[in-house]
Amino acid sequence: MIDPSLRDLYQEVILDHGRNPRNFHALDDASHEAHGHNPLCGDRVHLYLKIGPQGRVEDAAFEGKGCAISIASASLMTILLRGKDVPSAKHLAEAFCQLAKGAAIEAPLLPEDREQIEVMAGVSQFPMRVKCATLAWHTFEAALEGNMIPDAGPVDGGQ
Amino acid sequence: MPASLQGLLETPACGFDVERLRADFPILCREVHGKPLVYLDNAASAQKPQVVLDALAKAYAETYANIHRGAHFLSSASTLAFERARESARRFINARKAEEIVFTKGGTEAFNLVASSFGEMLCEGDEIILTEMEHHSNIVPWHFLRERKGVVLKWAPLNAEDSLDLPAYKKLLTAKTKLVAVTQMSNVLGTITPIAEIVRLAHSAGARVLIDGCQGAVHIPVDVQALDCDFYVATGHKLYGPSGIGFLYGKYEHLKQMRPYQGGGEMIEAVTKDKVSYAQPPHKFEAGTPPIAEAIGLGAALDYLSALDRKAIATHESELLAHATEELANLDRVQIFGRSPEKGALITFTTEGVHPHDVSTLLDRAGIAVRAGNHCAQPLMERLGVTASTRASFAFYNTHAEVEALVSGVRDVLEFFR
Repeated sequence: MIDPSLRDLYQEVILDHGRNPRNFHALDDASHEAHGHNPLCGDRVHLYLKIGPQGRVEDAAFEGKGCAISIASASLMTILLRGKDVPSAKHLAEAFCQLAKGAAIEAPLLPEDREQIEVMAGVSQFPMRVKCATLAWHTFEAALEGNMIPDAGPVDGGQ
Repeated sequence: MPASLQGLLETPACGFDVERLRADFPILCREVHGKPLVYLDNAASAQKPQVVLDALAKAYAETYANIHRGAHFLSSASTLAFERARESARRFINARKAEEIVFTKGGTEAFNLVASSFGEMLCEGDEIILTEMEHHSNIVPWHFLRERKGVVLKWAPLNAEDSLDLPAYKKLLTAKTKLVAVTQMSNVLGTITPIAEIVRLAHSAGARVLIDGCQGAVHIPVDVQALDCDFYVATGHKLYGPSGIGFLYGKYEHLKQMRPYQGGGEMIEAVTKDKVSYAQPPHKFEAGTPPIAEAIGLGAALDYLSALDRKAIATHESELLAHATEELANLDRVQIFGRSPEKGALITFTTEGVHPHDVSTLLDRAGIAVRAGNHCAQPLMERLGVTASTRASFAFYNTHAEVEALVSGVRDVLEFFR
């Protein structure tokens, strides 16, 4: 019997994106790239961004391997980033990380974006999985800063 | 349930009463997420019997003071209890003398100690043989030494059935081989290695042998004199003892020859402004105030384990493994790693279309604790061609009903992610 609380984490949208990630490919004309790695579970995300001369995200795509949460989060992110100017995209990343940690969202956010990211809100009830959800977003921040490998947090220590 | 398993469920191993043993472990009767706890992460860390909790409490409530310092009553009582724990460790692995047991903060520190102090005596071009299935704690310290001294690391491969490839290992041994550092039992595959044979071959090539017993010591009775190994590493928290304590066994002649690992109090004989002379082993390697209560707790755990019928435990554990293997192998989309005929009580698997981290989260909500990840064995994971896997590892206090809970949990996970 699957515990009902798991439906909060694994909403249908997430299961769908986890199974069939969108924009799951390399981008030949990417202007920014970064590689994200979560050593705790081996999740890997390679993010490609095409940021135009006007400072707008024209395209976003990713490749990677990981759990349903990290893949779905990356997939949703690539959809949400498209068309955003860099400052709003940064705000969105900030808001997403606040949401995943169960904190109040302080970053300015469009109502429709809030609705989109709120499907991931359930992860805040699963502390060990927050990093899975935020990996793609930290990778996005690293790509903007030109860091190929973002700080993915503490490494796997156990046996 | 397969008919072949019916029999073993009805007739428990002779003289083995799992319910009576479970009663020794207070945590096993708790619930997790409203479900009875099914603890199958024993290879990461085992639960503690009441005797260990009592020993820890007693060490603080009745005899606590710093050891080997001062002549007052409590210091003497504390020192005696601490040294009694060393004797328990000696007995547990049948070392010649208690001075061959160095307390460390765990397995990791023991490996680092040998890599640092024994490694100090090695030269550029000297060779160290590891196996492809080592834990990072028996890999990374040797990489440090490689970077520092220019020693060469060579890797003994596995054969088709996930056992150590002995002929290939034999070929790696040369006149330059100074050390073979090998696990007694893989924490991912469960493979038990033929350590007696490994030691014999290494010694005939003039090399020393360090055995990683962090997993092995839990399941297999160890006699370091019979094995004739040079070093043996064990960690307390997997042996039903406290965390923060482990031990290194080293033949006294080696310990005597090796430089100290860290400098500080306790490890010296005399210090002047111009020079320092060191205490004898094992104190030479125990700088600073050690984890006193933890060592005493470890002694209690080893005494507890030694007093059990270890043959009956081994039989029970291998029956749990056979049960889990048979039922998980029957599930479509489950792939089991580790087919060695000599295998300890753990089972590592992947589930097609479901990441181990998702498996672990779903099982957790059913009260079942398993490990998901790379198990600190990335070279092995690379060889297996996976980045992560799920591992269920058994202790003697696990039951066949818990194996059933695991199998039914995995079935639910596969259904959920269909």
